Amino acid sequence: MSTVTHPPAGPGQAPPSDRTPGPPAAVGGGAGAKVFNGFSHLFLAVWAIMVVYPLLWVIMSALKTDSEVIRKPLSLFPETLQWDNFARAWTEGQIGSFFLNTVLVLTGSVFLTMLLGSMAAYVLARYEFPGNRLIYYMFLSGLTLPVYLAAVPLFKGVYNMGVTLPFLGPNSYFMLILVYVAWSLAFTVFFMHSFFRTLPNAIAEAAMVDGASHSRLFFSVMLPMAKPGLISIGIFNVLGQWNQWYLPTLLMQSVADEPKKQVISQGLIELSVNQGYRSDWSGLFAGVTMAMLPVLIVYIVFQRQVQSGLTAGVSK
Amino acid sequence: MRHGVGRFVTGFLALPVGLYLFYVVWPFLQAAGYSLTDWGGYSDRQQFVGLDNYLRLFSDELIRKAFWHNVFFLVTVPLFTIALALFLAFLLNVGGREDKAGIRGVFGSGLYKVIFFFPQVLSLVVIAVMWQQIYRADGQGLINGVLMKIGLVDENDPITFVYDPEPFLGVPAVLWWLLVIAVWSGAGFYMVLFSAAMQSIPKDIYEAAILDGAGRFHTFFRITLPLLRDTVSVAWVYLGFIALDMFALVYIMTPSQGGPNHASEIFASVINFNAFQRGQFGYACAIAVALAIFTILLAALQLRITRRERIEY
Repeated sequence: MSTVTHPPAGPGQAPPSDRTPGPPAAVGGGAGAKVFNGFSHLFLAVWAIMVVYPLLWVIMSALKTDSEVIRKPLSLFPETLQWDNFARAWTEGQIGSFFLNTVLVLTGSVFLTMLLGSMAAYVLARYEFPGNRLIYYMFLSGLTLPVYLAAVPLFKGVYNMGVTLPFLGPNSYFMLILVYVAWSLAFTVFFMHSFFRTLPNAIAEAAMVDGASHSRLFFSVMLPMAKPGLISIGIFNVLGQWNQWYLPTLLMQSVADEPKKQVISQGLIELSVNQGYRSDWSGLFAGVTMAMLPVLIVYIVFQRQVQSGLTAGVSK
Repeated sequence: MRHGVGRFVTGFLALPVGLYLFYVVWPFLQAAGYSLTDWGGYSDRQQFVGLDNYLRLFSDELIRKAFWHNVFFLVTVPLFTIALALFLAFLLNVGGREDKAGIRGVFGSGLYKVIFFFPQVLSLVVIAVMWQQIYRADGQGLINGVLMKIGLVDENDPITFVYDPEPFLGVPAVLWWLLVIAVWSGAGFYMVLFSAAMQSIPKDIYEAAILDGAGRFHTFFRITLPLLRDTVSVAWVYLGFIALDMFALVYIMTPSQGGPNHASEIFASVINFNAFQRGQFGYACAIAVALAIFTILLAALQLRITRRERIEY
């Protein structure tokens, strides 16, 4: 690298004159830098293609006829666009109803997770009372334990509840909402706890002097101040619960002639098995596309928030 | 006033703690209890057998297999993901040309970051179903199809991917193929994470180094990497958890959920197999408790190893 050629400049001295003018080669390591720049682009582009190509392939295959999927599996350009694959997957493959089920459950569960999670985190972070540490560590321990450990007793507990209270038994939306909330609390409390700790005391005291009650203080002062944290953890929970598959697979098993209330990831697994038997590959691709596209579109629109939200979730 | 606080605290905690106790804590405790019984799961007959289930773990061939497969993922998933993510972040942040302002990131790095992150927002189920198609063992599969076209793979002898129990470097090939998916789906996220950490390193450190004559490889290995230590160790812990949780891929993609012929069995799939296919709930719970202890020990170990004085800047 040619940057070494001039003697180190002392403090206060003007920068060496050969840095400002001259051909760019003289500045930045010359041909070596150019080659490296080219190599960077090449490698990054190859990885980008490895990420995008499979996704694009799925979407494009969803627009082919079945015979075309078999004859020309690799081409990215369908002969004619087969929109009815989507219609078929939506109605026959029931992706439509799985989709609505998921949205219904998520509306309730994300709202409740955020509300209950920040309430608990707030109290644990800002109030001293006996048992505070115990409850906090109880939430923390949930972060390390594998869900499979709880699977059998959880199913049994839900099943027993359903005997007396059917709306809390297996295959009920309300039950699934509560389960999602409970299982999301650990991380939500952990994350919001550190957030509420950093909020200044002075504002809380001022509000109290003005006569605000504890809950008023929380809802109209503290919660709005914690908005950046709420957005991060909100994104985390939406993605996490949308992508949940083990809990619904365990708990949303329809009994006898009850209608299926499955969520999208279950529906997708089922679709993959069924369409495989029927060799309806284009229908399967359409199903995967429909499960994939909404999330991708939302991500592309909000990519800045999603990226910073999720990375904050890991590095906090 | 004091009284008001007590009521407020109880009121705010009652619902979340109640839900958490019922749906998370209680099942865990029960599982620990069942692990000491011979409960089959479908009958009411439960007999206390003490530590028998735990002793059985040590002579179970399947558990031994699963253990080593877990260890395999535990080593390879973080290793490959972090190495690739660091390399991509390195190219992204110092791969551009050098000029007065120092070394730059490549042109279009914003777009790369958006694209590399794609797999992170897709669910594991979507990824697994998609890769089922990519990995198909005929000309219709994306990889086999391309390789057949360019003549690298014989049409009558395609790559069988997740159906391949043959060992490769001492490990069943199916595990390597699952590893590819894990790395594919994780690298982008950690690249963005590392990239953010790299950008929060003050510019003047680099300027000083460049002035002293350091090239970009030197600056990377001597400055960036050491300052990234914290982030890398956090990533290592997270990827460790992900590695223990390869179950979604195994469950959806491999034949008979852990096959072929138990070649891709991991702890979680052995639990599933014993509980729901063999009807041995007590034993399955014992495996799960063992896994939990293993996980906690591992997390503690990782935190111990990676803990070091924080570098403030």
